[in-house]
Amino acid sequence: MTKTLKDIAAALHLDVRTGEHLLARTVTGGYAGDLLSDVLAHARKGSVWITLQTHTNIVAVASAKELCGIIVVNGRTPEEATLRKAGEEDIPIMVSTLSTYDVVCQLCEMGVKNGEGV
Amino acid sequence: MKSNGVNRTLQAARTQELIYELKVQQAMTTKVITVEPENTMEDLRQILKLHQLSGTPVMNEGDLVGIVSVEDLIRSLLEGNGSEPVKQRMSANFVTLYADEPLVHAVQKFERHGFGRFPVIDRKTKELVGILTKGDIIRCMLQRLEIDFHEQEIRRYKPSDWFAELESDRTTLGLRYLIQGRNFQRAGEASSKLKQNLRTLGIAPEAVRRITIASYEAEMNLVIFTGGGELSAFVEPGKVTITVVDHGPGIPDIERAMQPGYSTAPDWVRELGFGAGMGLPNIKNCSNELKLDSKVGEGTNLQFTVFT
Ligand SMILES: Nc1ncnc2c1ncn2[C@@H]1O[C@H](COP(=O)(O)OP(=O)(O)OP(=O)(O)O)[C@@H](O)[C@H]1O
Ligand SMILES: [Mg+2]
Repeated sequence: MTKTLKDIAAALHLDVRTGEHLLARTVTGGYAGDLLSDVLAHARKGSVWITLQTHTNIVAVASAKELCGIIVVNGRTPEEATLRKAGEEDIPIMVSTLSTYDVVCQLCEMGVKNGEGV
Repeated sequence: MKSNGVNRTLQAARTQELIYELKVQQAMTTKVITVEPENTMEDLRQILKLHQLSGTPVMNEGDLVGIVSVEDLIRSLLEGNGSEPVKQRMSANFVTLYADEPLVHAVQKFERHGFGRFPVIDRKTKELVGILTKGDIIRCMLQRLEIDFHEQEIRRYKPSDWFAELESDRTTLGLRYLIQGRNFQRAGEASSKLKQNLRTLGIAPEAVRRITIASYEAEMNLVIFTGGGELSAFVEPGKVTITVVDHGPGIPDIERAMQPGYSTAPDWVRELGFGAGMGLPNIKNCSNELKLDSKVGEGTNLQFTVFT
């Protein structure tokens, strides 16, 4: 069963901070990381990215890698500028009160797994 | 035909061309709602209403036997007989179109017969494959004109064509972006703009992705480690070359800097998620050619090429 951002947002009770209209996107996998270059090197197109970073550069990274969205963990607050840029670049940003580990566990349970691809 | 402008004449000419080019099967509706001869006119009324149709083919065990329209229905209702079978009212003398006929035949038939719709049948199997109304024709032509328009837009931008038209021994399109050092708010803007422009130029998405990632890493290094500089992209047939130049402080040991994991990023930068020591290796992985020159106290010159 393919999952959309909407499914994930509902199941994990995410606070959708921007990109509400883009939640029909299919989530083709996931990547967790807080080092931007590492995400640039390893995340796969269409994945959802789980991170604790909140500054504007996360949007640039997600956009460059064509990720489907960002989940900010530990209830952190994305900066205003980040949300603005995310709006411009069509990158949904959602906040979870859970830790990276717990978010990943839940996504795994939902069946969000990395398939084939770049 | 009268016309009051060159543009309109051109448009008209194009629509005329289109009705010769397009085939009936490209315009027809393939999901055909049909009725059977034994259905009552009351059944017909409900079916027409439900699907918002003004007529439908009548099929008897897979064979097309007639056409019945809303006019037939009205006449039947006026005579107060909703329970009579469709076969009583349908026209058995109907005109059909073949799926592979040009639309111009359909247009002529609409004019000649004054019918609202034509069943479309396959020339070989003689089976009903669709139905064509004037509305279908208009929709199909409009879609086609829109596609034409988009293709024209893309053609206007397609670099391979300009390159072919501009006569020189080597034509290069250059895009230059200034990068401010230490400005984290604007960091990433250059590579983001570059990405948009490369897309507009019609460069393959996969190549654009690699160029964007490599440019972003280079841009961030300028923002973090230098006082700023310049990122330029040179677009040529078959490749894009990016040069990133700054004026210091320079890299003392290039070989070491290229190692994955090596980083001199200060702690406060690491907290922002930089400093994995993966930037330069990422650039190398994304590019087909890479050259890095640096002189301590003078500056760094990075050049990489991505084949497109
Ligand atoms: N333009 C530059 N001027 C001076 N030093 C540089 C420049 N680019 C890179 N360096 C040096 O090379 C090192 C490695 O760069 P690289 O981009 O691979 O990693 P990083 O920037 O430290 O971390 P990351 O890119 O993973 O966030 C840097 O830590 C820095 O010391
Ligand atoms: Mg770097």
